[in-house]
Amino acid sequence: MRDMTLAAAREALAKREISAVELVDHHISTIEKLDGDINAFITTTPDQARLAAKAADEQLAKGEGGLLCGIPLGVKDLFCTDGTRTTAGSNILRHFVPPYESTVTANLLKQDAVFLGKLNLDEFAMGSTNLTSAFGSVTNPWKRAGDDKKLVPGGSSGGSAAAVASGMVLGATGTDTGGSIRQPASFCGITGVKPTYGRCSRFGTIAFASSLDQAGPMARTLEDCALMLEAMAGFDPKDSTSVDLAVPRYVDALERGVKGLKVGIPEEYRSEDLPAEIQALWEQGIAWLRDAGAETVKVSLPHTKYGLPTYYIAALAEASSNLARYDGVRFGERVPADSLDMMYEATRHAGFGEEVRRRILMGTYVLSSGYYDAYYLRAQKIRTLIQRDFLSAFEKVDVLLTPTAPSAAFAHDEKPTDPVQVYLNDVFTVPASLAGVPALSLPAGLDSKGLPLGLQLIGRYFEEETLFAAGRVMEKAAGFTHRPALFAGSAA
Amino acid sequence: MSYRIEGATGTWEIVVGLEVHAQVISHAKLFSGASATYGGEPNMHVSLIDAGFPGMLPVINAECVAQAVRTGLGLNATIHLESRFDRKNYFYADLPQGYQISQFAHPIVGEGKVLVELSDGTEREIGITRLHLEQDAGKSLHDQDPTRSFIDLNRAGVALMEIVSEPDIRSPEEAGAYLRKLRQILRYIGTCDGNMEEGSMRADVNVSVRKAGEPFRTRCEIKNVNSIRFVMQSIEVEAQRQVEIWEAGGTVDQETRLFDHARGETRSLRSKEDAHDYRYFPDPDLLPLVIEREWVDALRAALPELPEAKRSRLEAQYGVSRYESGVLAAEQTVADFYEQVAKASDPKLAVNWMLGDFFAALNRTGKSIEESPVNASGLSELLALIKDSTINGKIAKEVLEDMFETGESASAIVERKGLRQVTDTGAIESAIRDILAANADKLAEYKSGKDKLFGFFVGQTMKAMKGKGNPALVNELLGKILAE
Amino acid sequence: MSLDTRTVRRIAKLARIGLDDQEAEGLRQELDGILGWVEQLNEVDITDVPPMIGTGLAKPRLRVDVVTDGGKREAVLSNAPDRADAFFTVPKVVE
Ligand SMILES: [Mg+2]
Ligand SMILES: [Zn+2]
Repeated sequence: MRDMTLAAAREALAKREISAVELVDHHISTIEKLDGDINAFITTTPDQARLAAKAADEQLAKGEGGLLCGIPLGVKDLFCTDGTRTTAGSNILRHFVPPYESTVTANLLKQDAVFLGKLNLDEFAMGSTNLTSAFGSVTNPWKRAGDDKKLVPGGSSGGSAAAVASGMVLGATGTDTGGSIRQPASFCGITGVKPTYGRCSRFGTIAFASSLDQAGPMARTLEDCALMLEAMAGFDPKDSTSVDLAVPRYVDALERGVKGLKVGIPEEYRSEDLPAEIQALWEQGIAWLRDAGAETVKVSLPHTKYGLPTYYIAALAEASSNLARYDGVRFGERVPADSLDMMYEATRHAGFGEEVRRRILMGTYVLSSGYYDAYYLRAQKIRTLIQRDFLSAFEKVDVLLTPTAPSAAFAHDEKPTDPVQVYLNDVFTVPASLAGVPALSLPAGLDSKGLPLGLQLIGRYFEEETLFAAGRVMEKAAGFTHRPALFAGSAA
Repeated sequence: MSYRIEGATGTWEIVVGLEVHAQVISHAKLFSGASATYGGEPNMHVSLIDAGFPGMLPVINAECVAQAVRTGLGLNATIHLESRFDRKNYFYADLPQGYQISQFAHPIVGEGKVLVELSDGTEREIGITRLHLEQDAGKSLHDQDPTRSFIDLNRAGVALMEIVSEPDIRSPEEAGAYLRKLRQILRYIGTCDGNMEEGSMRADVNVSVRKAGEPFRTRCEIKNVNSIRFVMQSIEVEAQRQVEIWEAGGTVDQETRLFDHARGETRSLRSKEDAHDYRYFPDPDLLPLVIEREWVDALRAALPELPEAKRSRLEAQYGVSRYESGVLAAEQTVADFYEQVAKASDPKLAVNWMLGDFFAALNRTGKSIEESPVNASGLSELLALIKDSTINGKIAKEVLEDMFETGESASAIVERKGLRQVTDTGAIESAIRDILAANADKLAEYKSGKDKLFGFFVGQTMKAMKGKGNPALVNELLGKILAE
Repeated sequence: MSLDTRTVRRIAKLARIGLDDQEAEGLRQELDGILGWVEQLNEVDITDVPPMIGTGLAKPRLRVDVVTDGGKREAVLSNAPDRADAFFTVPKVVE
């Protein structure tokens, strides 16, 4: 049971080889064993989980139950969960208990999934290291060979990635604004999918940057992600940006193969700064797809280098406005003061961490009088050019293959002090977010120090199925069976 | 007609533009399914969307859009098939999201115009710059607690139309006439109840002064004035204040001011250092608002007859005067009432009676036309009795009063009180002869040339007949007898 | 362009984020660095390029005008850091 994928667990549950209660108990005890070191959970809900598992067993016994009946999952603590504390990793929401359920988690519950708790993240999903959470940093379950330094899991869905990688859950929800599913998936040696913008509802998910935020699954394999995404996705009339399109059975696409598929290799993603090991792995990926019958083509995405600064302007502008509601009046923490403005300032200074405050100020600045055109409007225009880059590339090719991140996981104390250097982590993931096209990351190999590295596939709007098919070819070729140092049962 | 302020340095003209916030009539709020009904227990008509909870998202209410389009059509304005919602960012206690969703750069309605009529009968056209949709804020209560203000979000998220006029208004009277006309149009179309006391219509008043032929000088905005009278007063005092500043060699600062009606003055609301920087940008939670030409056409086809068209038709169809059509068309209910009466009796008689005794009776009893104890068919019946000579006009006034009191029909009252007009020439002749006999001295005076006494004999005869004599017959027979 | 601390304070005021002197200078430097870095966007020719508003995939959608929400005051007030009966509260606002 300790090295079972979500798909395998489903089968075992259906055949009644294991019970949902056993499965959930096993994962709860794994959390008890490992999470003291990893700190992936902000809140655990074992009692609720056991009740849900019991209910799942009753359904399974009757041969009933939804797509994820009895499957233990973790939920990034950015999804509001009815009656369960939801913090966004921030002090300002330390005691916030939403009286409502996000659409994505409600969809998972409709398929009878079992939630084990709420997973740690960078505060308000702002970061790529998971060092900015008010609930402590998350430790990557992987260790460098011969080195006991604590490594970052990536971010912002770092708690989700670490929980999946260490076997504390079979799958987790993530959210991706500029790479927050894909980059931690790469750092933790798991699979993560950022679907097309509008595929998963944003209703009830705490906003970072509304025009970029997308929920997606994080799990060990593509099949696991396909099952989760099928449950999570769907049209939601409560989200005006949700797209009204039927959700396919993604698992059916897994074995389609890549014969005749055209795979684009974006020239602009090559750089001299890219570590040789990552470059080599990228070449390996190209070879795997070619061996399976795909045609690989060089393509150009000329505005790639402008992706990161464009992203930061657009995302931070939206964030500065989205986070205005945390004012100590209707919910969240308040620092009392004599005047309204003093109360706002004290509340928001104490409630938000350093990175969040920095980003709010930055976003406020680029929208402020006299700067809107120079920054925000210009960034939105360049976003159009980046979107056009992808649209014209996808006239020639079906998918794009790139590395997920420019490095493997680094140690907590190796985080650069210059914010711009930290932002560079997202260089490969941000362009797809800006365009809103789907992308996934899958573990393709280990570096020389034994740390996982991911490769990214980017697809056309709503062609997640093509990504699953191409990804499956690579997944098989990579045969990634490595497990991290901190893994279910192994840390006893 | 022109309004001028005579200052020490010359004559000043005032320049006024109005921004009217009109609450849209709809069941639910602009972006949430909570009730848009006025009042209610505090925080009862509130959804988590209105309260700005984490992860809550807006979805546009179709009816609010339709109401804005209808209003735009009523203002003869351009309808923009594509418009957009922006966020206006600022912090305030009753602004839950930290921003107001409003249409800043791309409003749904563009330029239009309103025709206003002044007391001297002249008419002026006031330009409309734009109409846009936005959400209302909540309400702060400052007098409930010594150290805290209380927040009620019932109004937060209710749809408002902000209707911005061109700076075309040149007098307090024009401002009043414009607001009354705007309210009339909104009420006709059914897009806003125009109730200023409940705050469903509020005006921001932009005032500046200048000398003839000058370009505009700096303006001040007087915020949230909640009655037509106060709008007119605030313009007067603010213009006076500005003239005094300019004449003393000072300059008027562009600022937001408040009208204190108790003191009859305006005063500064916030200092310049606090100047807002609203950081408008398109709301990423909403798509651009796109509407179809056909939909707009259907809304146009379903619009009710508007005040100006109704006046012209009343004049043409019933021969009422321009003044009369103005009074009748002030409210749709009045015009409808009139048309029913006019059709059932006589248009001329109907307008005279409605604008005369009927309105007087309503006034006296403090009732609106909807609450009138005498309905259109009741009044028509009374007028029919006049027309067929069953009663005369004087008796009819008495009958109408009785109708208002008892609610009985005109004919029932006439029968009960025996008010039927006497048309029997024999009875009238005998009454006349009795009066002449009893007033032999007056008769002699008449015969010696004092013609005026004719009226005296008519009055005495009518009195003797308890007012029921047919006035035409009394006149005719009296003339005949006197000529004998 | 280089950022001064006065601007940082003005922005912090707009964003209602309290700042002490030390922070203001630290933030000035960091924001200045970020702004210098985004300066590269000025190289891009954006003539006649419309700003991106959404991906263009979702269809504009309107809701029907029916009351489907509200009437849940306790839920609305349940997380309030301070309340007075049925109201949220703030430090007294003098108008
Ligand atoms: Mg205004
Ligand atoms: Zn407004």
